[in-house]
Amino acid sequence: MAKLHVSTTINGEPMEFLCEPHESMLDLLRGVLGLTGSKEGCGSGDCGACSITLDDRLVCSCLMLAAEAEGKSIATIEGMAQGERLHPLQQKFLEMAALQCGICTPGVLIAAKSLLERNPDPTESEVRYWLAGNLCRCTGYDKIVRAVLETAAEMRESA
Amino acid sequence: MNVINNKWIGSRTIRPDGADKVTGRASYSSDTNMPGMIWGKVLRSPHAHARIVSVDTSKAEALPGVKAVVTSKDLVEFPLDTAVMLGIQDMRWMSRNVMAREKALFHGHPIAAIAATTEAIAAEACRLIVVEYEILPHVIELEEAIKPDAPILHDFIQFDGKPSNIAGKLEHKLGDVDAGFAGADVIIERSFKTRPVHQGYLEPHSCLVSVSSDGKAVIWSSSQGQFMVRAMTGLLTGLPQSDIRAIPAEIGGGFGGKTIVYLEPVALILAKKSGRPVKMVMTREEVFRASGPTSGSMSTVKIGATKDGKIVAGQGIYYLQAGALPGSPIRGAAGCAFAPYDIPNVQTVGFDVVSNRSKVAAYRAPGAPIGAYAVECVLDEIAEALKMDPLELRLKNAAKQGTKAAHGPVYPVIGFVDTIEAALAHPHYKAPLGKHQGRGVASGFWFNAGGESSAQVNVTEDGNVVVTTGHPDVGGSRAAIANVTAELLGIDHKKVSVLIGDTATIGYSNLTGGSRVLFASAMVVTQSADKVITTLKERAAKIWKIDPEAVTWEDGEARPAGANAGQFPPMTLAQIAAKASETGGPIGAGVQLNTQGAEGGFATHICDVEVDLDLGIVRVLRYTSFQDVGRAVHPAYVEGQMQGGAAQGIGWALSEEYLYDKNGKMDNASFLDYRMPVCSDLPMLDTVMIEVPNPKHPQGVRGVGEVPLVPPLAAISNAVYHALGKRFYSLPMSPPRVLEVLDGV
Ligand code: FES
Ligand code: FES
Repeated sequence: MAKLHVSTTINGEPMEFLCEPHESMLDLLRGVLGLTGSKEGCGSGDCGACSITLDDRLVCSCLMLAAEAEGKSIATIEGMAQGERLHPLQQKFLEMAALQCGICTPGVLIAAKSLLERNPDPTESEVRYWLAGNLCRCTGYDKIVRAVLETAAEMRESA
Repeated sequence: MNVINNKWIGSRTIRPDGADKVTGRASYSSDTNMPGMIWGKVLRSPHAHARIVSVDTSKAEALPGVKAVVTSKDLVEFPLDTAVMLGIQDMRWMSRNVMAREKALFHGHPIAAIAATTEAIAAEACRLIVVEYEILPHVIELEEAIKPDAPILHDFIQFDGKPSNIAGKLEHKLGDVDAGFAGADVIIERSFKTRPVHQGYLEPHSCLVSVSSDGKAVIWSSSQGQFMVRAMTGLLTGLPQSDIRAIPAEIGGGFGGKTIVYLEPVALILAKKSGRPVKMVMTREEVFRASGPTSGSMSTVKIGATKDGKIVAGQGIYYLQAGALPGSPIRGAAGCAFAPYDIPNVQTVGFDVVSNRSKVAAYRAPGAPIGAYAVECVLDEIAEALKMDPLELRLKNAAKQGTKAAHGPVYPVIGFVDTIEAALAHPHYKAPLGKHQGRGVASGFWFNAGGESSAQVNVTEDGNVVVTTGHPDVGGSRAAIANVTAELLGIDHKKVSVLIGDTATIGYSNLTGGSRVLFASAMVVTQSADKVITTLKERAAKIWKIDPEAVTWEDGEARPAGANAGQFPPMTLAQIAAKASETGGPIGAGVQLNTQGAEGGFATHICDVEVDLDLGIVRVLRYTSFQDVGRAVHPAYVEGQMQGGAAQGIGWALSEEYLYDKNGKMDNASFLDYRMPVCSDLPMLDTVMIEVPNPKHPQGVRGVGEVPLVPPLAAISNAVYHALGKRFYSLPMSPPRVLEVLDGV
């Protein structure tokens, strides 16, 4: 089957690509575009390592077809920092050691950012349920949850 | 020995690899591609046990896009009657695990592999391989596998003079258990079961291998040891180690599961045959079916104590699943089970049992959680029978400096008692509990390892420092090494960059495993830094034209040792580095050592649970870990190890297990059905680090990574008992099982 032509926006920049009709957004990002920050832990929507946002909606890129990006706006971990300036969540994750191996980290950060955009003052439970789709096998989540709560508090203060 | 008033050791610095990991730049194994690269895929057995009569790859090879095919014939054959060991791994089993030879031994066992221009073509070509199988009866469960009439996996394995699935036995003995039990006032004997659980690293196994026309190979892969990858791949493919360069990618979790190879030798042969770089990536389903897990177990533990709470005898019999090929962690189970206690009479026996499951791999303190689970649950019953507080019982019997353990050693300074005392004094232990809530405690021990490590410490011309070691960093070891180096040289930690060398750029370093990385690398880094300091002093002496003995190194500066040495303004590392070429050349030093003196790790955990009587759900409400961490060089990553281990233990105890259908096929090979704890399942995981420095280490380091997984199984089981008044003797305590017990089934 012929490849599909897709025009989309990735991390704020216009982007065009060709994809197979059955190709997942994750494969497209990692393979064709070389944006390997999104990770594949399962390919079946169960781990969240591939999390991106599609028009500000948090999605698993492994469950999305690349062709669905047509006319939409996608954000990946590669677009989270502004040049050298890390997003407050990225900075807090470093300061509070909220990552060990780091393979879950891009997905967790994307998910946490999307939480704070909707709910700048989440409770611990709200953080835990929002991040329930992001597996982390290393940290036991403690430092991740603390880092998200702490970032939220700081962002509220500086807002 | 121990540096007092540390500036960097003990501080929560930002890890050197951090920025790349929060921005998506860090390169894990499947993030690397090469021009001309093709894809490898593995054909796996659809049967749990079958003789391989023939493998016909001709149709697959004819498919356009297919570039190479590998079967077991392409790997070095290791005859069954001769062991070839690499560390604890026997290459006879390793080669048959990487590719089935005589028989397919489990569902998912690799039969052949294909490299093709796309993943889809490779997968299609796998379907075109015609394999003739003679299906054999299979056996999955331990209790079935040890029955006299069980299907036998390997004819050459004999036990008690007969073909058997029992592939090995190990026994530890101290004193006389029969005499010990004869003197006991209370004796409790119970039997337990645990299910196999997977390490659950988020990053599937993958590799990229390129072989050039002169036969030299480069391997990029994520593993717990690039030198292990080089050696094992060399042995299995017949290449000399000097022709293989193994480059460690960032590793997305291992927990022991990446201490062996699965794909690298196969990809190497495919690359060699095709003349193209070959990339192989396992799916999550393949990871579940064919890698890891750790053993399931059956055990019986008997403990005798006198009325005043002195344990006089302990006996533990453990059967551990090895999977299809020998090698379960019976040493960890039998060795660690009673190791926290000073008991005069101990006997532990471990049996290594094969069955038609994927071959087990190491998992965080391999075997020790299984050993401790049974012992620590029986101790809870002993405490109850004696009407003693369970922590007081442990305190009364705790091993101390000078205690002889059944597995051999006499302990030096250890902090086990400190962990129990800290737990007793902690507010958690006295906090009130509600309805259907219970509190459990348990302790645990892990050996910890030393072994071979190498380091190179180089001073750059502009006065910074580059440290290279040979260990993949699974959880912050680079941050800790930066702290140690900055402390020793007296410079800001930001001036230290820490890298992990590949097999061509740093000396041999054994696995990231056994909780050995910081212990061993801090030792070689310390010795290297000492040499660098000696050189720096010599260079300053040369510039000042005084005797090197008359120079001291303090706060990152060379200073005249005293008034007699002369009056010179101090010289910083940067000032000396700038003059390096005039004073004798580049400044740097490397050390390679077989490190000794790793001492065991001890921990005590307290866990509170609540049981939902309608749904059977056990919820962990509060969890606190107390651990002798030796010296917390980077406290945040020590806490991280404690928390990660506790979380894995909670999964093991409450929700994780391998399920098989009647054909011997794993039924839950996905993260949806294999239930690891998610964020909303857990509470905060509190940690109390107790620092009893290891006297045999320059910074006092003890391994900290593995013992956190030893106490949780029993701590949670005991908590469930105290919540419900009913004991569980098998794991996981998942909702259906809890309901069964509540209904008295
Ligand atoms: S890779 Fe998409 S959810 Fe796991
Ligand atoms: S840090 Fe390793 S999986 Fe989260």
